[in-house]
Amino acid sequence: MAFHSKELAKAYWRENVKLLLSLLFVWALVSFGFGIVFVDALNQIHFFGFKLGFWFAQQGSIYTFVVLIFVYVYKMNRLDEKYDVQED
Amino acid sequence: MMDIRIWTFLIVGLSFVLYIAIAIYCRAGTTKEFYVAGGGVHPVVNGMATAADWMSAASFISMAGLISFMGYDGAVYLMGWTGGYVLLALCLAPYLRKFGKFTVPDFIGDRYYSQTARTVAVVCAIFVSFTYVAGQMRGVGVVFSRFLEVDITTGVILGMAIVFFYAVLGGMKGITYTQVAQYCVLMMAYLVPAIFISIMITGHVIPQFGFGATLADGSGVHLLDRLDGLSAELGFAAYTSGTKSTMDVLFITAALMVGTAGLPHVIVRFFTVPKVKDARKSAGWALIFIAVLYTTAPAVAGFARLNMINTINGADSQGTEYSEAPMWVTNWEKTGLIGWEDKNDDGRMFYSGDDRNEMHIDRDIMVLANPEIANLPAWVIALVAAGGVAAALSTSAGLLLVISTSISHDLLKRNLMPNISDKLELRYARGAAAVAVCIAGYLGINPPGFVAQVVAFAFGLAASSFFPAIILGIFYKRMNKYGAISGMVSGMVFTATYIVYFKFINPAASVPENWWFGVSPEGIGTMGMLVNFAVAAVVCHLTPAPPQDVQDMVESIRYPQGAGDAQVH
Repeated sequence: MAFHSKELAKAYWRENVKLLLSLLFVWALVSFGFGIVFVDALNQIHFFGFKLGFWFAQQGSIYTFVVLIFVYVYKMNRLDEKYDVQED
Repeated sequence: MMDIRIWTFLIVGLSFVLYIAIAIYCRAGTTKEFYVAGGGVHPVVNGMATAADWMSAASFISMAGLISFMGYDGAVYLMGWTGGYVLLALCLAPYLRKFGKFTVPDFIGDRYYSQTARTVAVVCAIFVSFTYVAGQMRGVGVVFSRFLEVDITTGVILGMAIVFFYAVLGGMKGITYTQVAQYCVLMMAYLVPAIFISIMITGHVIPQFGFGATLADGSGVHLLDRLDGLSAELGFAAYTSGTKSTMDVLFITAALMVGTAGLPHVIVRFFTVPKVKDARKSAGWALIFIAVLYTTAPAVAGFARLNMINTINGADSQGTEYSEAPMWVTNWEKTGLIGWEDKNDDGRMFYSGDDRNEMHIDRDIMVLANPEIANLPAWVIALVAAGGVAAALSTSAGLLLVISTSISHDLLKRNLMPNISDKLELRYARGAAAVAVCIAGYLGINPPGFVAQVVAFAFGLAASSFFPAIILGIFYKRMNKYGAISGMVSGMVFTATYIVYFKFINPAASVPENWWFGVSPEGIGTMGMLVNFAVAAVVCHLTPAPPQDVQDMVESIRYPQGAGDAQVH
């Protein structure tokens, strides 16, 4: 057993899932939200020569995806250390 | 013309020498090196190899062309084929790496303690991979036949020989390092013309900025506004708004995202890194390397659209005299991918979205023809050819490996001949790769007319079968084999039925009015995934919980410590 107690294992998993859900919320918001559902509304706004909704659909969402993964990597490494379950 | 041929021979030839040299240097000696490169690949290197593996002939050759014709709707590919990496990095890769086996069917079989589940997974993996690989070989054939002016058959056989050589010899180890080289070649080939054209059209060096900038012709009009204006004039839907319904765009994007995260040849890449930590990071690097191409593609699409309309319709929008048609039109006409029919007998070509249209232009040629349209030097055109070949070869190699692993490891070792020795297994793996490459080559030379339709299948099936089974396997301890198998089967049958009906049995009925909730066959995988989740949840509550050792295993894959090497059992 890598965790010192069952409670710690549960707490680690709960924090992990919470982090996942919040990052996935952003993931869905920029792609399905800004890029698709709200695209017409956002297209009223102009952004460096782009209509904003169009920019999210063809550029912005991809940049956001990259950032999301690295935020996840950083936060998970911290979480692993906090619960002392990192790899040796 | 001769000049382009010489350059193409030179650049493509040099790239082949490089790939083969790497393959010889990185020969695989053990099954572990063959399947997962010994599990010792640095995350950045792995990310780059994953990116090359992922970016197929379709991404390289076809995607920008598709977007160029679809405008805003092209976003389904851009978001769909990148967003899946977020799911992979967050929900799959680290846990599967901790699980520590070689293949997706391994995970499904062990997690659901069932040979049936394993077999279902093997069949899906082989089917999905073959679908894909046929398209790749075709891509190689198209590039060779256009730029080397050999026929498609010779082109495909040449491509087969190269892939055979380094996939069979090097296994995952050889493939990984060859793919790094291929990534560099294909990125250069994509970026160099994009940058040239961006400078010509907008004066911006970076295509991503040029895409939103004003035109360099002094008019002060933004590129995208000009495209919208031209579209309206010529009877197309506005470039920045598209024609698909919101519902359909939503479902297709989701199906491509989830399908990406469920594709076996992508998932297996995360078994090759040393640590769980590296699996997370590796997905991030892969996405960075992919994003370079995927954010350039829509810019290329926009530039190509403007250039194409301007050269065909002429600056005054009256049409260009056919006798003065630019080189690229006549060159591509020979391949049959461009056609002109002088409907109003004025001797001028005209391209539009209404009945004035006289041109037939195949979407697949946009990226390959782009440097010619923009009058770039011959070596750039040759570079693009090398890039297209690199994209097709790197993806085929990865797929062939999944096929051979599925056969030698999942089918023979885990199912039929459990006592097989490591050495013999390796021999079977190589044999399977050899057979697979021949079948793939055959499909490339004699493509079944439905290759393009079948791609929807590959993503739909991956989305509706693997993805839910893996997610539930990790995040829902109570999920048992009954739930997982019935979920996979019902998701798959649902998706396959819908696609087969609209794509093969009754293609005429495939119009938005007949689609369920307006969802096209391309997007139905999302609904199949929901069916899978729902059936799995219901069935699992009516049947006994999984055994304690399986539940313990699920506990243990949820944290990184003690991951160790990928295991051979």
